[in-house]
Amino acid sequence: MVTLTYLAAVLATLPLIFILFHIAKLGAHSINFDLFTRMPQPVGEPGGGMANAITGTLILIGIAASVGVPIGVGAGLYLAEHRNSPLANTVRFLSDVLNGIPSIVMGIFAWELLVRPVGHFSALSGGIALGAMTIPLVTRTTEEMIKLVPNALREAALALGYQRWRTSLVVVLRTAMPGIVTGALVAIARISGETAPLLFTAFGNQFWSTSLKQPIAALPLQIFNYAISPYDEWHSLAWAGALVLIGIVLVISIAARLATRQRFGAVID
Amino acid sequence: MTEPGISRHVTDTDWDVTRSVPATLDGRHDAPVMTRVVPHTDRQAPELRHDQSIACLVTNGLNAYFGDRHAVRDVSLGLDLKSVTAIIGPSGCGKSTLLRCLNRMHETVPGARTTGSVTLDGERLYGDGTSAIAVRRHIGMVFQRPTPFPTMSIRDNVAAGLRTRGAGMPSRSDIDAIVQDALRRAALWDEVKDRLGTGAIALSGGQQQRLCIARALATNPRVLLLDEPTASLDPASTQHIEELVYELRSTVTVGIVTHNMQQAARVSDRTAFMLDGELIEVAPTNTLFTSPRDTRTESYITGRFG
Repeated sequence: MVTLTYLAAVLATLPLIFILFHIAKLGAHSINFDLFTRMPQPVGEPGGGMANAITGTLILIGIAASVGVPIGVGAGLYLAEHRNSPLANTVRFLSDVLNGIPSIVMGIFAWELLVRPVGHFSALSGGIALGAMTIPLVTRTTEEMIKLVPNALREAALALGYQRWRTSLVVVLRTAMPGIVTGALVAIARISGETAPLLFTAFGNQFWSTSLKQPIAALPLQIFNYAISPYDEWHSLAWAGALVLIGIVLVISIAARLATRQRFGAVID
Repeated sequence: MTEPGISRHVTDTDWDVTRSVPATLDGRHDAPVMTRVVPHTDRQAPELRHDQSIACLVTNGLNAYFGDRHAVRDVSLGLDLKSVTAIIGPSGCGKSTLLRCLNRMHETVPGARTTGSVTLDGERLYGDGTSAIAVRRHIGMVFQRPTPFPTMSIRDNVAAGLRTRGAGMPSRSDIDAIVQDALRRAALWDEVKDRLGTGAIALSGGQQQRLCIARALATNPRVLLLDEPTASLDPASTQHIEELVYELRSTVTVGIVTHNMQQAARVSDRTAFMLDGELIEVAPTNTLFTSPRDTRTESYITGRFG
């Protein structure tokens, strides 16, 4: 039995190792300074990079985080502090449903909401589609983390003459903060590689654009476009782009790990 | 154990240290404390301590409920100015609930409510227009388990109550002075003065509890309520806290809930005995433990139940 669990544990990490190894093998030789600083070149011209797609992905992540994290943390705080109210139970259930919605549907939602009325694709609509995907993840981690805060701390704050809102913000939220930050970063890592919600929202852009109102390039879209093209240079650029995308996710994950270390090395008991 | 009713120090079954020491009266934790407490309680004139006019915090016909459960029944009790009042009784007798009514913490539990009155120097705590927040700023509380805020430094923990005072935050140097004063009053200053910026969570349990006392004292409350403050501490820390409570009576009115009768005997001026939500008897500590009027009190302090 123990041997089997060992085996399962090793098998669980194997896909990641294979993917990393394979992508590194095919993409590493295209990783250079130009990749990060230069624009895509037309077919046949050597060099060229993915500066627009890398910037675009970072912008989309930024929009998603600033939309999804505040809403998610607020909702999680509400769920934790009003555990059994009918509204809390409803919100909790719907949040779980939202978590299970296919990402392409989230894209359609953002398209309906922001693209169709305006008449063209935009970075904002892509960011909001991604942000909506982070909301249920952040909500549930926030709720779980806040539930771990001992009730005695709430009582101590109330007994000092803290108002309820101040108790929630200054004591409860701050105590749960490392866990919440981790949850938010994990959610952002999850959505940073999403392609489907961007197909008809951010759309992709062959040119440099940082405008929120214009279509914007994104690494996953660029990788897809290059990968289905018949050109070898574009194929290797696609592998390099995949490596960069994994690198971004890795950096966010490491940041999430570091965030769990509390300021005073404290452990909630 | 020993013959009931001879002395309050040998009849208790609740006190961990004495249980392991054969001759209780010579027990290392009891002896020094006894020599100090006895002259003090003898000094109290019972008639004077009963006088309601000098009582600082007074309850009148106080009832407390958890939903349908009637936890505190018609209690009228005064915590006298600048003295220590202990509330004793078996588990579940409502003594903690009573204490929590005194600073309106009881109502933070869903379904909990109170009837009757509580007054602080004549002011009604449950009156119209009196906010629970304001009440709690005047009546500090320390709980059974130490509750330092884990994200805050020692200094910030002590100063935590200051930021709630409506009239703006005191200046930095004022805060430092208040923190130092509160830590001194809580007998913790010497142990932490070199590491005020470090996390409060790194302190030992006993130190954390004294930190919580300092935090409660920093806002200069008129009353300090202690809800079994030593229940989770080792004997040495317990003794430390008891000495501290004994010192505090000169500057603040103290109410302490304990199910350790030895502790009540050592630290308090008056003791109230509760049973099944009712206040059975309240008297100067010395009187209550040596010649209780009610047979139920006598049964309890001689260890026949509870």
